[in-house]
Amino acid sequence: MGTFHHGKGDLHGITVVVDLKDSRLFVGRCDTVMPEGVVLLDADMHDEAVAADGTDPVPKATYLENALKFGVWKKYDRIVVPTEDVLSVRRLGDLAH
Amino acid sequence: MPYDPMLVEPMREDMRAMSVQELTDPAGVDAFLAAEGTKLVFVNSVCGCAAGQARPALRLALQHANTPDHAGTVFAGQDVEATAHARGKFAQVPPSSPSIALFKGDELVWFMPRHLIESRDAQTIAFDLVTAFDEHCS
Repeated sequence: MGTFHHGKGDLHGITVVVDLKDSRLFVGRCDTVMPEGVVLLDADMHDEAVAADGTDPVPKATYLENALKFGVWKKYDRIVVPTEDVLSVRRLGDLAH
Repeated sequence: MPYDPMLVEPMREDMRAMSVQELTDPAGVDAFLAAEGTKLVFVNSVCGCAAGQARPALRLALQHANTPDHAGTVFAGQDVEATAHARGKFAQVPPSSPSIALFKGDELVWFMPRHLIESRDAQTIAFDLVTAFDEHCS
């Protein structure tokens, strides 16, 4: 029992990792995958080339290990990741297996 | 904006049928978490993509030999203040719903975020729950 949103694709409502061709990735709840891009809700963005708060940059794999444990703090309520930038789209939960 | 109460009533009834205590305001959350022993907090959600399996999973898990001393629920998107207050007790864990937290005394000892509920069947989620119960509630 619950609300469903049919017609938005298999990944609708699923927390996904959108890996980009550059040093960035996004983790967020997938709304839709459109020809022009992946629409994410409540998403965080990580850039492994950028150090935060004077610390060393964090590799994508390390960031994802932490994201898998508890989730992510959102930076964006809604964002469209352009298709031409996307390397892969995976379910975050699949990283547990 | 909270969902229509008529829409969420069957989901609340799911929890009542499991004898899970509804925590509808911050004071209720505080009183629940102040109880001695182990406490499970289920963050309920209307989202059928994930919560549709989370509630049946909880129902299965609560039939296990080892269960928390107390089980309570807040309803994300419905009991907004209670949910925010409960999430404030989840330490550094980002908010997600549905999700499930297990406390031993004041300490959060186990947490299952939404992304570990999505796309999994109730039996698989329940297995993770009873594993946590065996570790923390026996």
